[in-house]
Amino acid sequence: MRWLKDPILDVQHLTMRFGGLVAINDLSFMAGRGDITALIGPNGAGKTTVFNCITGFYKPTEGMIALRKPDGSHMLLERLPGFSINWKAKVARTFQNIRLFSGMTVLENLLVAQHNSLMIASGFTFLGVLGIGGYRKAEREAIERATYWLEKIDLIDRADDPAGDLPYGAQRRLEIARAMCTDPLLLCLDEPAAGLNPRESLLLNELLLSIRKDHGTSILLIEHDMSVVMEISDHVVVLDYGTKISDGTPSEIRNDPRVIAAYLGVADEEIEQVEAEIGA
Amino acid sequence: MTAPSTIAADDGSAPVRFDLVAALKDSLKAGAIAFGLSIPILAFKTEQSGGDIFLRPRWGLVAVFVAIIFGVRLLQHAFHATKAYRLATPDAHQATEFVHAEPSAFQKVSRFGIPFFLGIAISFPFLIYLIQGGLDQSRYWVDLGILILTYVMLGWGLNIVVGLAGLLDLGYVAFYAVGAYSYALLSTTFGLSFWVCLPLAGILAAFWGIILGFPVLRLRGDYLAIVTLAFGEIVRLVLINWTDLTNGGAGISSIPRATFFGLPFSSGEDGFAAFFGIEYHGMQRMIFLYYLILALALLTNFVTMRLRKLPVGRAWEALREDEIACRSLGINTTNTKLTAFAIGAMFGGFAGSFFAVRQGFVSPESFNFLESAIILAIVVLGGMGSQIGVAIGAVVLVGGPEILRNLGFLSAVFGESFDPNEYRLLLFGMGMVAMMVWRPRGLISERQPSVFLKESKAISSSHVKEGHG
Repeated sequence: MRWLKDPILDVQHLTMRFGGLVAINDLSFMAGRGDITALIGPNGAGKTTVFNCITGFYKPTEGMIALRKPDGSHMLLERLPGFSINWKAKVARTFQNIRLFSGMTVLENLLVAQHNSLMIASGFTFLGVLGIGGYRKAEREAIERATYWLEKIDLIDRADDPAGDLPYGAQRRLEIARAMCTDPLLLCLDEPAAGLNPRESLLLNELLLSIRKDHGTSILLIEHDMSVVMEISDHVVVLDYGTKISDGTPSEIRNDPRVIAAYLGVADEEIEQVEAEIGA
Repeated sequence: MTAPSTIAADDGSAPVRFDLVAALKDSLKAGAIAFGLSIPILAFKTEQSGGDIFLRPRWGLVAVFVAIIFGVRLLQHAFHATKAYRLATPDAHQATEFVHAEPSAFQKVSRFGIPFFLGIAISFPFLIYLIQGGLDQSRYWVDLGILILTYVMLGWGLNIVVGLAGLLDLGYVAFYAVGAYSYALLSTTFGLSFWVCLPLAGILAAFWGIILGFPVLRLRGDYLAIVTLAFGEIVRLVLINWTDLTNGGAGISSIPRATFFGLPFSSGEDGFAAFFGIEYHGMQRMIFLYYLILALALLTNFVTMRLRKLPVGRAWEALREDEIACRSLGINTTNTKLTAFAIGAMFGGFAGSFFAVRQGFVSPESFNFLESAIILAIVVLGGMGSQIGVAIGAVVLVGGPEILRNLGFLSAVFGESFDPNEYRLLLFGMGMVAMMVWRPRGLISERQPSVFLKESKAISSSHVKEGHG
């Protein structure tokens, strides 16, 4: 269990209630540094809620979410204001329903992602308006970084097109590249393969593996596409009704009767037998 | 074998561009119907003279009415025929080769339009002097130019908030008022000069922009609009009721006039004219004011264009596109919205202090809701986010009604008591409806990217979002 030795993300006793609805119930898991961790579960299991808690869109009702930096220090994400989670704690995310800036060009999308570093380079706008300081150089570097990512996701020819004009698969890739432009330690992907054809989802696998290899970014992903999950992930956490039902390597998960029961359901006559097996 | 699609064109019935005879016939028919209808409705007017009522014929009016119907019907035919012709004749390039995108409206306008408009704006007083043949005669036109440029500047200022950041602000006139009263009070109370007050007015307006910004940060759409509307009204009501400070509804008068960097525009020894050894004329001050507001407006434009290419400008536009994505990318949405409010308000404050120095008198009545509505209409009509579009919008909305003043000849047709000015709001409303039908995203709705790798392509308005509050 290497993710227990050097976790980048340590979620403990996370609970999220919306009024009477318990979306996440006392969830604890760890995501290892440099791992690709998959968060899976049937619809409505609370996966996206976990993401929203990690990335600051929800404040958890209870629990702790700690991000451990490479230097050993840690940040408590549930205490940071929303925008600091990306800027200070270096956690980036994508969305289940793509959220690109559709009226801005592909290149602009990637520059907006580098907002904070460019903001400093432009002297918080004051120097930039007057045209002094190193903003030009910083912008050139930002464009270079954007170009690097555009080449990587094979969209360099469409850099000046509006993001809303791109086909669906390209928009998914662009959203990942945009998140990567913020230089994250942990990249959270909410169903990156949704709506992709088999070839595109193969390309996605390659992209994610190369992100991990070349940038050392740990990845946490929600996915329904089992070919992606089983292929690339090192560690799988399974949620059902807001509770963790299984946690382990992909091969362990595949054979876990609870997971099978949660995903496929159980015939009426087998209920007792399965309950005995899983100890419910 | 010919392809099926070309057969239709070869069978002898090549599409006719415009059948004039048929169109004329139909238009005449329409005219005749209009004539028939107008006899009982328009042709006679009952007039009372003492105890008697008699009919006064108005055949001139009937003739005008029939002519309008005839003309409109003919134009309608021409329009439909051209459209049908265009649809019927296949384009040689159609679907056989890469479609070469037509230059967008913005590109067409900007290539010639921007130098043209700038040239006109800079040389306006001279052009008017030449056309009208004298300084005194050109007073009205220069005054109109000042008015239009004030609204151009206000439009550009509001464009930052509404067009770029996508925050609907219905109380923009509040900052205009803050700027005007800042100059009026600072100069009458402390004797500060215009050039000292101008930045102060901008800073104070920006400060009030932030004050407004804080409570409304969480609001969106309709709610934001309502609160900003209320803010505008609160400022106006405070100005009316805080009599000790603002002299209430009576306003503040005898505000010091603008000086040419210390030289007053007066006929005296130490005046502008005497200093430069030229003859004194009242128009010198007007022309100076014209160039002052032109410079202020161009400053607004320059700063806005600059900001669009800076991270803060891109963050504004990103905020308009998707606020949640902005947050996930580490953009502090609170600060970004506040800077938009503050910078937009600052330019409103500059314009306000210019207004005060031009009028020499401010009163709360100048800052009512209608002003906010007109400034917003300028931005929406011109095209949200487009600088040149907003400028055109201001010229149309502020300059357009002035044309009505010069349509005196219509009274010969519609009778002596006809005043075209009274139809101002009607035409305004009709223009708005027409715009919403044909160009709902404003005159210039394309967005120009702030940065490009190889080629700058305009972004169609169908992708650009309006913001959600």
